[in-house]
Amino acid sequence: MKETLQELKKKIAKRKFYNKIFAFIGFISTTVGIILLAVLFIDLAIDGAQRISYKFFTSFPSRFPEEAGILSAWVGTCLVMIVTAAAAVPLGVGAGIYLEEYAKKNWFTNLIEININNLAGVPSIIYGLLALGLFVYFFNFGESVLTGGLALALLILPIVIMATREAIRAIPNSMREAAYALGATKWQTVKDHIIPYSIGGILTGIIIGMSRAIGETAPIITVGALTFIAFLPPSPIEPEFPFLNFKWLMAPFTVMPIQMFNWVSRPQQAFHLNAAAAGIVLLVMTLLMNALAIYIRYKFRKKIKW
Amino acid sequence: MSTKTKQFNEIIKAEAKNLNFYYGDFHALKGLDFKVSEKKVTALIGPSGCGKTTFLRCFNRMHDLYPNNRYEGEILMYPDEINIVGDNIDPIEVRMRISMVFQKPNPFPKTIYENVAYGLRVRGIRGKDIIDERVEKSLRGAALWDEVKDRLHEHAFNMSGGQQQRLCIARALATDPEILLFDEPTSALDPIATSKVEELIVELKKVLTILIVTHNMQQAARISDYTAFMYVGELVEFGDTDTIFTAPTQKLTEEYITGRFG
Ligand SMILES: Nc1ncnc2c1ncn2[C@@H]1O[C@H](COP(=O)(O)OP(=O)(O)O)[C@@H](O)[C@H]1O
Ligand SMILES: [Mg+2]
Repeated sequence: MKETLQELKKKIAKRKFYNKIFAFIGFISTTVGIILLAVLFIDLAIDGAQRISYKFFTSFPSRFPEEAGILSAWVGTCLVMIVTAAAAVPLGVGAGIYLEEYAKKNWFTNLIEININNLAGVPSIIYGLLALGLFVYFFNFGESVLTGGLALALLILPIVIMATREAIRAIPNSMREAAYALGATKWQTVKDHIIPYSIGGILTGIIIGMSRAIGETAPIITVGALTFIAFLPPSPIEPEFPFLNFKWLMAPFTVMPIQMFNWVSRPQQAFHLNAAAAGIVLLVMTLLMNALAIYIRYKFRKKIKW
Repeated sequence: MSTKTKQFNEIIKAEAKNLNFYYGDFHALKGLDFKVSEKKVTALIGPSGCGKTTFLRCFNRMHDLYPNNRYEGEILMYPDEINIVGDNIDPIEVRMRISMVFQKPNPFPKTIYENVAYGLRVRGIRGKDIIDERVEKSLRGAALWDEVKDRLHEHAFNMSGGQQQRLCIARALATDPEILLFDEPTSALDPIATSKVEELIVELKKVLTILIVTHNMQQAARISDYTAFMYVGELVEFGDTDTIFTAPTQKLTEEYITGRFG
């Protein structure tokens, strides 16, 4: 039996109706999400903006909310992130390259792969406990910048490894074959092709890992970061030879999220404003890192299109 | 297996002797015996999946890049008579002497110049003058020089498909290979680009030995001196191209070249 044109039109109208319903639901969900985020941010901005000033960045925490600042917190965060990057980048990228390009694919490397994926989902406090046992008690690094940085490095290692592997996997096999066919060794192929072609994805992964680390509180508290600290670690740069100084690695520290937590848990309203202001700073730091990740991705995608 | 002997008056560059190849348990090449004449074009034809690519990739040990692949028998390369697929031969050494051009153009995402220079850099050749000279020579050899001489430092991906494939040929030529392997080099190209590559291949046999896989029988007839017909991992017939195309001795060959299957 053949449909009349009218029947056909009716059916199309019905399908289009369902299509519209779904578009509507999708629109609502998106809007709710965006509005909630915007309200959150605006609320934070309204509370915190009044406290943000030059002095806020250059003052230590204080008993008096108007005088309190985030100097020790942002310096601590920066130093901890340096340690985290210095540990997680070479280890993570190296492991990723090794697993993709060198390791034979067998049950053992499959097992490693599954475990790395699982490690990415382990709650961050577990990494804190691991770091406490390993770096504080076993290696005696103390409750220091070094311990904090390494704890966060452990936390983001799986992220860096997975990002590296994914970036490498996106390289078509024809590139490897082209290099090997010209007589390149494995190392020449890796250094001349694999790393340059995947560097965009790798850097993006590193920054995503770092923006996760910058906001972490639990593992940092677990390894014993201070909540109130009114001095800075020794400067990494010295005016005299050898110009670099590594004493800061062993210094006690605090980081932005802990400073915020400390202020929020005080009864005075004025401290809550400080926390909001610190929240804005932390958010901006994270957004800047994400913007950098997007920029890097854009820049490298433009250069290499398969 | 019938083999014409005409080519034996010529110098043999390489020779497969009872060559078997396995992808894991899968027996892909079954006891091939095959000679490649020096400075001639030898074409491999046969229906899809018969093992042409597999055979070609034995010559530069590409199969070593993947696990569970196994060679048996030998491919001897003359004049030094090394067994290309022997366990004691370093695949890198083989690839330094035998270059390959792939089915799909696969230039590196680098400049035209860097693409051609890469094989030289791999060999540790430094010195701008030497590399400049070899790059120009290779691009001329690939009939590409006039088209790109003013934009050597542009990205290779800005070239057309046909130019990219000739760039890959230039890249393969830069290191002075003794044998050049082509795996269906024109299957991704338009007719004009195809005829340019075909002319180039005929030109190149003046200086080196060429082994080419093609699914296009007219192409084999146009450019090759010898033709081998393969079927499910076996070499059915081998001979000079004219004979294969006009008077094949095997029924299977005849059916294939007259287009009754494949
Ligand atoms: N990597 C591989 N692993 C297993 N079998 C393969 C692989 N590559 C090709 N084959 C099989 O080997 C046979 C020959 O393939 P191939 O050499 O690509 O044929 P052709 O180039 O003549 O079309 C086919 O049956 C194909 O399925
Ligand atoms: Mg093929």
